[in-house]
Amino acid sequence: MRQLFPPASNTIARVSLTLGLLLPAVALLAGSAISRAPYNTKVDIPLDQPVPFSHEHHVNELGLDCQYCHTSVEKGPKAGLPPTHTCMGCHSQIWTNSPLLEPVRKSFQTGEPIKWNLVNSVPDFVYFDHSIHVKKGIGCTECHGPVHEMQITYKAKPFHMAWCLQCHRKPEEFIRPKEEVMNPHYSHPKNHVEVGRKLVDEYGIKVEQLTDCSICHR
Amino acid sequence: MSHSSHASQPTHGADRELLIGAHDYGTVTDRIAGVVLNQRGHPLPWFAVFALAFLLLNGMMLTITYLLYRGVGIWGINQPAGWGFDIINFVWWIGIGHAGTLISAILLLMRQQWRTSINRFAEAMTLFAVACAGLYPLLHTGRPWVAYWLFPYPNVMGMWPQFRSPLIWDVFAVSTYMTVSALFWFVGLVPDLATLRDRARNKVARILFGIGALGWRGSARHWSRYEAAYLMLAGLSTPLVLSVHSIVSFDFAVSVLPGWHTTVFPPYFVAGAIYAGFAMVLTLAIPIRAWYGLKDFITDKHLDWMAKIMLATGLIVVYGYVMEMFFGWYSGNPYEGYLIKNRMTGPYAPLFWGLLICNGVVPQVLWSPRWRASVPVLFAVSLVVSVGMWLERFIIIPVSLHRDFLPSSWGMYVPTLWDWGMFIGTLGLFFFLMFLFIRFLPMISIFEMRDLVLRLRGHRSESREPIAKSTEVEPV
Repeated sequence: MRQLFPPASNTIARVSLTLGLLLPAVALLAGSAISRAPYNTKVDIPLDQPVPFSHEHHVNELGLDCQYCHTSVEKGPKAGLPPTHTCMGCHSQIWTNSPLLEPVRKSFQTGEPIKWNLVNSVPDFVYFDHSIHVKKGIGCTECHGPVHEMQITYKAKPFHMAWCLQCHRKPEEFIRPKEEVMNPHYSHPKNHVEVGRKLVDEYGIKVEQLTDCSICHR
Repeated sequence: MSHSSHASQPTHGADRELLIGAHDYGTVTDRIAGVVLNQRGHPLPWFAVFALAFLLLNGMMLTITYLLYRGVGIWGINQPAGWGFDIINFVWWIGIGHAGTLISAILLLMRQQWRTSINRFAEAMTLFAVACAGLYPLLHTGRPWVAYWLFPYPNVMGMWPQFRSPLIWDVFAVSTYMTVSALFWFVGLVPDLATLRDRARNKVARILFGIGALGWRGSARHWSRYEAAYLMLAGLSTPLVLSVHSIVSFDFAVSVLPGWHTTVFPPYFVAGAIYAGFAMVLTLAIPIRAWYGLKDFITDKHLDWMAKIMLATGLIVVYGYVMEMFFGWYSGNPYEGYLIKNRMTGPYAPLFWGLLICNGVVPQVLWSPRWRASVPVLFAVSLVVSVGMWLERFIIIPVSLHRDFLPSSWGMYVPTLWDWGMFIGTLGLFFFLMFLFIRFLPMISIFEMRDLVLRLRGHRSESREPIAKSTEVEPV
């Protein structure tokens, strides 16, 4: 009787055994790598905006404070985007004919807000409040990165739950004095963990509560 | 099999009844392989049961579709009874699987020859019962599409499963059980798949069986490796018989609810699992051996011994009931005492008394050798035991939950139509898979039966084909 399988079947059998063990491992590693890659997180990828607004120019060169535009950061859950009036406070005087600012002028005339593309966001099932973070000594740049150096704003951190938990588990490594919260140039001292522990105590942060599910998922 | 005993060893008197009729290697092979190879020879009941099972399976698909669309709110579960049919049926199904593992692993290590003709389909039963069981906790999570969160994998949530929870132990226990059972079943199938490959006339069948046979040629080296692998898998499976249902019982015993927080739970659950499992083996074996004319291989002796195991494990289970009642009184704890009273006289009391009749009273007929020899009685008792074990899970789960510590939180658990649809649907899935298995794979281990022929009849039996294995290999 003729052989049922050609000689190459032996190779196929060996290869499929090897792949059967390797592929699941590779798939697992690839999955965990892709979920952390900028492809998924969008970290470091500048987002197109209707107006090419430069934080670098406005903050670093001109010295505007974060709260000049993001006014509700100390008061509510959202830091807030400025109304067109805020832009026009200056731009009715300078760069009045700049073609780049045409959408701003149009918005001012029609009353239609500028549709900025959101760079940093948390999912709907996450309860997040800017005011409590700012009031307990978490600086803007801790989550948003060096915004004062960004020509076009990009996401600096992955905003994964694991990333949130780094700080919720050990806030002493990320906390800074309250008066430095809005300072983009602040750098942590060498003994920042030691200082951080004192600040955590001083600000009354109960670390054991920070990882309760209901702190963020209400 | 050669690791059981040498051919020359005398066999016990009872062992002679394990094979009836003038069988030699050839007739054994013809009869068992014939069920698979002669696809036109399937009896009418096969089609009837298969069609019914297929219908129920489709009902289950509809139920699950609606469940995924609407969520677990379509079930009867709510506060205070958050666990209902989903957990009852999970525990029931996973228990049924245990007989297969006991037969294939523990009876193998104890060198019980009578396991030979029932181990293959008991193992298949294990696999399909675990498949049915696995559906329930998966759907119970409410979001089965993120069920992989149950496993510790390098995730971006910075979260690890809660290793202190018995529910996560369940995930590992059941997935290990499924993997080892599937491996054990498949490894045992390899030599038989080679037989089918060599005998099949259909080209597609030859290729499919050939792939499954993994190039088996029956050389002495193949057999030696096979024996070692099979014995190792038996060793791996043996602790699983005890551990899986112990861990399932921890889901309850580790909590602090009256009726759940009991040290007797692990052994009592394991005994109950084997009890329910043997009932299911009998429920399947009795009709199937009649439809396919396999009474020579699955003899009345086999049924008798299975009935004895059922009787023994049933008595352990009844001991568990008695201890629960005793400690309800002896603990002096008002909640424990009330639970026992509530079981006996509360709203679910008819189910409790039904449980005692099904699991405690009816199986006592098996003490009588005359009744054990009656196939209809055995079949009826095995059905009653299956019902009884299901009632036991009902009594344990919602009856403990529906009376909370605070009377203001008391409620009732009533399963909905969707609960029943899901339960009956998994019965459909089980019989659907079982009957596919019967039709397309050898339901009795062919080569182990040949080995049994050798050991029962010695070399005198005239074989029409040479024996494909060495009987001198004695591993470990």
